[in-house]
Amino acid sequence: MKYLSEYRNPALANEYLKRIHEVVTRPWNLMEICGGQTHSLVKNGIPALLPYQVNMLHGPGCPVCVTSMHTIDEAIYIAAQEKVIFCSFGDMLRVPGSVSSLLQLKSTGADIRILYSPLEAVEIARQNPEYEVVFFAVGFETTAPANALSVIQADKMGIDNYSILASHVLVPPAMEALLGDPENSIHAFLAAGHVCSIMGIDEYYPISEKYKIPVIVTGFEPLDLLQGILMAVTQLEKGEYKVENQYARAVQREGNRLARNSMQEVFEIKDRTWRGIGPIVNSGLELNDRYKKYNARLKFKPAIPVAEENRHCISGDIMKGLKKPVQCPNFGTACNPEHPLGAPMVSSEGACAAYYHYSNTNNN
Amino acid sequence: MISCPMPIFDFDIITPGHGSGGMLTHRLLQSGVFDIFRNDLLGQQHDGASFEISGKIAFSTDSYVVTPIFFPGGNIGDLAVNGTVNDLAMCGASAKYLSLSFILEEGLQMDELWKIMVSIKEAADKAGVMIVTGDTKVVEKGKGDKIFINTSGIGVIHPGADIHHNNIRQGDKIIISGRLATHGVTIMSLRKGLEFETELKSDTTCLGHTVKKLLDIFGTDIRFLRDPTRGGLASVLNEIAGLTKLEYLLYQDAIILDPQVEAACEMLGLDPLYIANEGIFVSVIKQEKAGSFLEELKKDINGIHAMEIGEVRSENPGKVILQSSIGGKRAVGFLPGEQLPRIC
Repeated sequence: MKYLSEYRNPALANEYLKRIHEVVTRPWNLMEICGGQTHSLVKNGIPALLPYQVNMLHGPGCPVCVTSMHTIDEAIYIAAQEKVIFCSFGDMLRVPGSVSSLLQLKSTGADIRILYSPLEAVEIARQNPEYEVVFFAVGFETTAPANALSVIQADKMGIDNYSILASHVLVPPAMEALLGDPENSIHAFLAAGHVCSIMGIDEYYPISEKYKIPVIVTGFEPLDLLQGILMAVTQLEKGEYKVENQYARAVQREGNRLARNSMQEVFEIKDRTWRGIGPIVNSGLELNDRYKKYNARLKFKPAIPVAEENRHCISGDIMKGLKKPVQCPNFGTACNPEHPLGAPMVSSEGACAAYYHYSNTNNN
Repeated sequence: MISCPMPIFDFDIITPGHGSGGMLTHRLLQSGVFDIFRNDLLGQQHDGASFEISGKIAFSTDSYVVTPIFFPGGNIGDLAVNGTVNDLAMCGASAKYLSLSFILEEGLQMDELWKIMVSIKEAADKAGVMIVTGDTKVVEKGKGDKIFINTSGIGVIHPGADIHHNNIRQGDKIIISGRLATHGVTIMSLRKGLEFETELKSDTTCLGHTVKKLLDIFGTDIRFLRDPTRGGLASVLNEIAGLTKLEYLLYQDAIILDPQVEAACEMLGLDPLYIANEGIFVSVIKQEKAGSFLEELKKDINGIHAMEIGEVRSENPGKVILQSSIGGKRAVGFLPGEQLPRIC
């Protein structure tokens, strides 16, 4: 397909791999931030093609994985109410809460719908005035603008039976949290290209400067990732630490101003607990005062206790880059896609799911 | 197309009475079903059909619950005939007789049922199969999804066929008769909440004649056949990988998709290897004959887009492996549950 096959060109991939092998002299830990990048790496078998010195660590950029168990429980509580139509992106449905998942609740008859766009949820609310329609607004800076737009739209149309359960998270505070961890071993970041297409790249200069770490804004196709890896190891071998933009075809330095404006209109920055990682200061978005009537938490007041994470799940260590999924004693045994202990096993962007589905060959 | 105008019924929707066995059932059958499917065996109007058959036979059954019931390229009716005829073809059999059972939901429009029956008749004629027995039940509104169909079929196995996964050997080639995922993506594009515009049509069709012609020429060099319907190609290959303890290596570059299917899969985050197919089959062919098999298949109307996509090896026993276009390898496992669309 146009614009895809070009970025999967085998000859160019081999050329990048050759250059990576030429440049690398020492061991380096590179973290790709985004779960989409993790999947692309593993799906294309890239880790096995890299020099042994280049170790890819899989970052926390999987929105499904980092949504706290308490938030999942809140979603399940709201979706189970009478006269509620609960709308969500598809891959949130399988994520385990403390006792069940949205998918299990759906099987018992709850009206839970998979949508591609929050604007569809506003339309459902318009068509069903006797129902409360709730959209599960998860995701990073990539999904926040569309979710913000749905609230603005509902407000303009005077639709009062629409609300969102917001669990938005922000990438740069998480990067700083990882770098501040005493066990941190990350030498360079491949920053998440699509987040940067919204937010631009200015946020990364202070991080790169403060922690003396290369940050390469990187895309998702095999050639994007290989080029990003080459740029990172080239800097590391030269002892440099700069912000570079590999994904210039999608990312402009200033990002997408219109998208950011809609985010700023409805959201404010709040502390957020990341599943497996814990609380990170100023790392989330919640609806601001002006739009609080669209806040499902305030509308439904889910009074449920904060449940403890499964002690056997090491997803936090995996998302901090401290461990690989295969180093988890429960990987593929007690924890599998049908009976997950944690979210990374069921999310389409989760590192455990990527390893489970794709790296089960004798070559790896 | 058969010219088959809908008879004038004194009802325009299905009610519980149509499945009661009483007068309404009788009128539905007499003025509709028996007329359209008329043949000597059905004409016996007995509890079952009696007939003689010679040779080794294959017997298969399948139920059809597709939503929406009408889609570009077909409807639940021709799907229900083609599906069972194709299952028999995958055993190396030519379908001869079919049973046909409807489970209708109260409120189904009579003209919709009629359209479906006309499609069933057309598909059966095309496949050369007779509908010889059947049943109709009606469930309350809300207890079904308009219409469910079950068909079972009996077919006579080609004397030159020996299709079994036990015959698969290292070195054999994997050939598919058409492009993957066309049917599944067509259906998905119509589902509520997912509607996206394509010009795609389901490829549902009868594969019986195609398979018979190939068996006439290649006989036992055709080691294995399967139509990768639900669960897609990946599920079929995983099943036989487990049974044969061999590796099934696929070359990503060799798997050509319809550009619209490819775009939809990229956009929705779906893997075409797991998406349902209807009008195609996957075959495992003896290495030396793979070239001429592919050439012959490509001459057939159902094989225009046929392609060799991989081979059977022994390196990773019991595994399906995909070699990506840039040369990396990854496993292709069974799909856990349903494919769910991703967030971003």
